[in-house]
Amino acid sequence: MNEFILSLAPGWALTHASVLLVALPLIAGAIAAALPWGRAAWGVVVAVMAASLFFSAILTAQVLTGGAFSYTLGGWAPPVGIEYRIDGLNVGMLLLVSAIGFLVSLYAPEAVEDEIDKGKHPLFYAAFLICFAGLLGVAITGDAFNLFVFLEISSISTYALVAMGAGRDRRALTAAYNYLILGTIGATFFVIGVGFLYMATGTLNLVDLAARMAELGDNRAIQVGFAFIVIGLGLKLAMYPLHVWLPNAYAFAPTMVTAFLAATATKVAFYALARFLFIVFDQGFAFEELALVWLIAPLGAVGMIAASIQAIFQTDVRRLLAYSSVAQVGYMLLGLGIGTAAGVSAGFLHLFNHAAMKGALFLALGAASVCYGVTQVKDLRGLGRTMPWTAAAIAIGCASLMGVPGTAGFVSKWALFNAALDNGWYWAIAAIAAASILAFFYVGRMIQMIYLQPAPERGGEPAPALRAPWLVMIPMWILAAANIVFGWYADLPVTLANAASAAIWGGAP
Amino acid sequence: MPEIFAHISPAWALMLSGLLCMLSPSHHVRKALMIAAPVVAFLLFVAPSTLGVSGGTFEMMGIEFSTYRLDRLSYPFGLIFIIAAFLNGIYALHERNRLTDSAAQFYAGSALGAVFAGDMLTLFVFWEITAISSVFLIWANGTSASIAAGMRYLAIHVLSGVLLMAGALVLWGDTGSLAFNNIGLDVGLAGWLIFIGIGIKAAFPFLHNWLQDSYPNATVTGAVVLSAFTTKMAIYALARGFAGEEILVWIGAIMTVFPVFFAVVENDLRKVLAYSLNNQLGFMVCAVGVGTALAINGAAAHAFAHIIYKALLFMGMGAVLHRAGTVKASELGGLFRSMPYTTVFTIIGALSISAFPFLSGFVAKAMTMSATAQEGYIIPWLMLLFASAGVLEHSGIKIPYFAFFSHDSKRRPAEAPFNMLVAMGIASALCIFLAWPFGGYQWLYSILPNDLGYNPYTADHVLTQYQLLIAATAAFVILRMSGLYPSERRGTILDFDWIYRKFGYGVVRWLTAMLGRLGGHAEHGMEARSRLWNKRMQAVFHPAGALSRAVPSGSLAIWTTVLLAVALIIAYRAG
Repeated sequence: MNEFILSLAPGWALTHASVLLVALPLIAGAIAAALPWGRAAWGVVVAVMAASLFFSAILTAQVLTGGAFSYTLGGWAPPVGIEYRIDGLNVGMLLLVSAIGFLVSLYAPEAVEDEIDKGKHPLFYAAFLICFAGLLGVAITGDAFNLFVFLEISSISTYALVAMGAGRDRRALTAAYNYLILGTIGATFFVIGVGFLYMATGTLNLVDLAARMAELGDNRAIQVGFAFIVIGLGLKLAMYPLHVWLPNAYAFAPTMVTAFLAATATKVAFYALARFLFIVFDQGFAFEELALVWLIAPLGAVGMIAASIQAIFQTDVRRLLAYSSVAQVGYMLLGLGIGTAAGVSAGFLHLFNHAAMKGALFLALGAASVCYGVTQVKDLRGLGRTMPWTAAAIAIGCASLMGVPGTAGFVSKWALFNAALDNGWYWAIAAIAAASILAFFYVGRMIQMIYLQPAPERGGEPAPALRAPWLVMIPMWILAAANIVFGWYADLPVTLANAASAAIWGGAP
Repeated sequence: MPEIFAHISPAWALMLSGLLCMLSPSHHVRKALMIAAPVVAFLLFVAPSTLGVSGGTFEMMGIEFSTYRLDRLSYPFGLIFIIAAFLNGIYALHERNRLTDSAAQFYAGSALGAVFAGDMLTLFVFWEITAISSVFLIWANGTSASIAAGMRYLAIHVLSGVLLMAGALVLWGDTGSLAFNNIGLDVGLAGWLIFIGIGIKAAFPFLHNWLQDSYPNATVTGAVVLSAFTTKMAIYALARGFAGEEILVWIGAIMTVFPVFFAVVENDLRKVLAYSLNNQLGFMVCAVGVGTALAINGAAAHAFAHIIYKALLFMGMGAVLHRAGTVKASELGGLFRSMPYTTVFTIIGALSISAFPFLSGFVAKAMTMSATAQEGYIIPWLMLLFASAGVLEHSGIKIPYFAFFSHDSKRRPAEAPFNMLVAMGIASALCIFLAWPFGGYQWLYSILPNDLGYNPYTADHVLTQYQLLIAATAAFVILRMSGLYPSERRGTILDFDWIYRKFGYGVVRWLTAMLGRLGGHAEHGMEARSRLWNKRMQAVFHPAGALSRAVPSGSLAIWTTVLLAVALIIAYRAG
């Protein structure tokens, strides 16, 4: 497969794929903003997404066959210049972000038509492209300050995207505002942390930073920098209890934005945290292990349970899933907190699988929202009859979310279970088990509404059955099918997750 | 059937039909599948010419799954599950519901898969599928009570599965093997986790509430299906993993006794059956605990016979519910006039469960009783004896008497649909066949795990049993006719009293009354507490509650700072 992709790629793509991956959507964003027609802007988006997917596939194939490599921007060698560093840890993220971006962009026209003023369509697509470029930039860059810049690029465009949900529900504005304040605090914390590290080492290149900090040993500046970076990124990735911005942002943003953000944004921040925790900060630092055991893992476990309970009580269906996302982030953090190769690999596996579950679920809910205006859990009544295909996609996503054997969710929970067991962390196993049972309740509420309640009536007649448009059905079902396929043939996510842990601890990707 | 089919687990036939049922919009196709799938499963089941197949293995994620282990222990359970699926197919022939059709097939298939599982992971997978598929049989009833009961049912069964998997993982870590063989409690944590996981499904005392909670809330056909699989799958798992654990003898003995009290005061006849199911499971659990060759035979035979007569009873009550719209003892009576066949079939089921000689319960229970006595478990044996009389009281007499005879309720519902009668007829015939002294019970014994040459029809067995049963019945009849039988509650006491006169009539009556009151109070207290608890949870977690309210960004910033302080302290402490 890898060889096949590499044989398809032209020479210029092989050498410049990494920079094109980020530059292309950035430039296209400007073009889309200038276009007068929404449809044309959408055409640009789909073309760029397809190209990006191809570039990430090339990069993945290169890393999986040839190992990590770096690309120096403008010919300035690192550590002075900025380098893009592609290794096992971030290549999976690049592939994930561009794949989800591509699938979501297919779905875009139907939803955007329905939810956003016609005049704003080009601007919406422009913001989407820029957010996309920012997320890829965070994942690909090998420079701490550059990482901050991309983090802000993606965040600021995200605030705009969330706010565009105001056409449907005015609460999107307050949600976006809240997100802006908190997101900015997070970014500020991160950049303060980077400042401390710069003060201590005099470099911003991540590889160089790691080497110099290892030489320098433990000191106060590094400790403070560490704390700021962990909390800053923790906020961005919705670590419980810093998740408060997330539920409203997900609930009131345009449906397509929710699907995209849920599957990518917190994931990229999670990746950044993993890189800082395990690669940039030397694992010999005493505070490192302490932070994993006393901060990351407990907050992960608490988040898993508390956010799941909160999800049970939600009435807005997207808020319900948003809380479930916070809980799933808890699983991933627990994986990081375990701190072994198996644990990190399990965390990343859950990250990929969770992207597939939540992507499918939010797209399906988007379809239900476009066709029937579904926003509340009780609006899902009878969806099994009125929109059987969409309902089936939701059911598959839910099954995967619960971790039913034969779905992707089971594979990653299983991996996490094993990683916790290897470490002898029985409390973590208990927490995973408890959170899985809680998931049954919130998922059960949705399933019960969909399949066991009669469809609502309109003028005495039961609501007519509708099929979502093809451009909605296809991406939704690709993601739903991924949940089943990865439940049986988990090769792709497992390879990527193992590559991530191999990038930290060495070994073949 | 050629040998090439010998390594395909019959479970797949049922699972596949479940999938097809889900996709098929045609009622007729689904019904044909529900009849045909068990037949195909049966053909697959008899395909291997010798026992001891271990097939259907495949590897995934570096773990070997073994999906088809057919040995002498799984044989009777597999066979009866296929028969039960077939009977259910006939019984549900009139029902037009895609959801329950496919759920029932998936459920039966996964239970069969669990019985044939050769490793813990396969067991776990099927174990979970039974829970998820069967809950639809409860939900499909559509009342709010059934939806709530279904949720509770699902939660506890998922917990059971999670415990099972946790135990399997710990065991894997300890021994490096996932094979599902005798585990025992001596292996420590792993053993106990698995034990409790199975115990939930087997409805151990204090873990049993899901059973009485959910089965009476299931649909007419759903209750029949449910009664067959989940609990017997657990009995099989106990027999495989924990045979001879002494604690099971006591757990089983307690299980046989305590439901008796609840069953006699219960008015909902399907709930009475659920309690009696619990009591029957006690016999099997006790037999597994005794663990001798005879006792394991007893457990398997009891499970085999029990699935048939319990399904028969649920079918009878289902027919009543279907036609009369209620199974409340107080609202029924005199139905024998218009439902004569159902009456006869239900009586056969009731006599079977009461272990009348020449009916299937007798040949199974006799082994358990003998084995318990042989191993010197005197007190458990007495408890089982008492429970046998209790069974007669609440299942043998109460069910048919209050539904079909008693005072005339003036209801004249039509006879049950033909397909229900056919299913009940087959089940009744099997009840008689399995105890037939000339070739019937011998066949049953020949498929059991051990060859022993046991004979249930010795004079003392038969006579003791008749003495017990006839005297209890006579007491019931005489008191009923002379008007000394004012409430159902007294009935137990009489029967209880007849056997244990020396323990004193008054003590028992007092105990029963107290238990009844305690039950009432406990229920009341629990309800109040759960309401309070619910309120508190709502206050915290509701969308408008404390945790989810839209908080001003300023206080969030403070939270962030607090967390930063924590992170700093951690970093400083280490540094």
